[in-house]
Amino acid sequence: MAQAVLTPPAETQTHGAGHDTGHDHGHADHPPTSTGINSRKLLMWLFLASDCMFFGALIATYMIYRNKSLTGPYPHELIDIPYTSVSAFVLLMSSLTMVLALAALQKNDLRGSRIWIAATALLGTIFLGGQFFEFTEFHHEGLSLQGNMFGATFFTVTGFHGIHVGIGVVWLLTLLWVSLRGNLKAEDSLDLEIAGLYWHFVDIVWIVIFVMIYLIPYGETGEQLHESAAHVINTAQMVLGIF
Amino acid sequence: MAQHAQSLPGTHEAGHEHPTEAAYIRIAVILAIITVIEVAIYYIDKDASWLVPALMVLAATKFVMVVGYFMHLKFDDRRLAMIFTGGMVLALGTYIGLFVLMHFHKAIEFTAFMTSAARQ
Repeated sequence: MAQAVLTPPAETQTHGAGHDTGHDHGHADHPPTSTGINSRKLLMWLFLASDCMFFGALIATYMIYRNKSLTGPYPHELIDIPYTSVSAFVLLMSSLTMVLALAALQKNDLRGSRIWIAATALLGTIFLGGQFFEFTEFHHEGLSLQGNMFGATFFTVTGFHGIHVGIGVVWLLTLLWVSLRGNLKAEDSLDLEIAGLYWHFVDIVWIVIFVMIYLIPYGETGEQLHESAAHVINTAQMVLGIF
Repeated sequence: MAQHAQSLPGTHEAGHEHPTEAAYIRIAVILAIITVIEVAIYYIDKDASWLVPALMVLAATKFVMVVGYFMHLKFDDRRLAMIFTGGMVLALGTYIGLFVLMHFHKAIEFTAFMTSAARQ
């Protein structure tokens, strides 16, 4: 029985590998579930939903304490938009290589999938290298976790994101190793799909961080969003107080 | 056994369509162009009142495209989309809740200050 689960029938492999649009994912070897959704995939989506809340809390904290540093260095003195834009582009392209790796594996193109997995891991490593360089530069400029509010919130948000990227790179390299040993084939594509979901999530978190932390201007103009919203709340509070 | 899993009603693993490789590349090009636009409008006018809303809309567009096409949520079981959207709503709620809490606190202090000033 166990052997039957681990080794799906030939027609299942053909179906998974030969699917033109590649949606079957070739993972029909899992036992049926009451939901009809693969349990591992469901678990990953639940994890990603909880991770949304995790990063939501971190980014919310950053935005609340934005422009609240009493001492320098201040963000507008440190942040290098062109540099970070390249990092954002690298991570965005890693999502493309990730999805191409999955598409290749679903077509049983093992060589192609290995190349794209390696490319994704490489792009992730380049992103991490860029982040390490940025952290080092900021640290040399006097920014630290304890120094001011910007340092504390910036390093926390981007640091946790970097940890996520690091975990993703290790995961991808593990899958590459498994693939090189011949144990990652079309029928195992769910393994790569789940890793891909995690990787794409890391990318979308950076999409939000890139705008919230880097692109929304600091200083007086950067307060536009909060000041206007705070004005609305304060006005409502005073109106309610009058009545 | 595998056949049984495929024939289960509601089993979504089979029958959905995914974009082709060419479509993935087109989506990536669009995402790259949006990123360029984000950076460009940042340099055009940092003081513009439309800058923050424009950046938000562009980021949301990228977010939805990655989740929908690269993560296949557009083509996958709708319950997965509901789970992820639930997480997103709670994350957004956390942000709004914290923001209102902080500024509501300030408003209370301001009201108390004004009240005491009026009494004096």
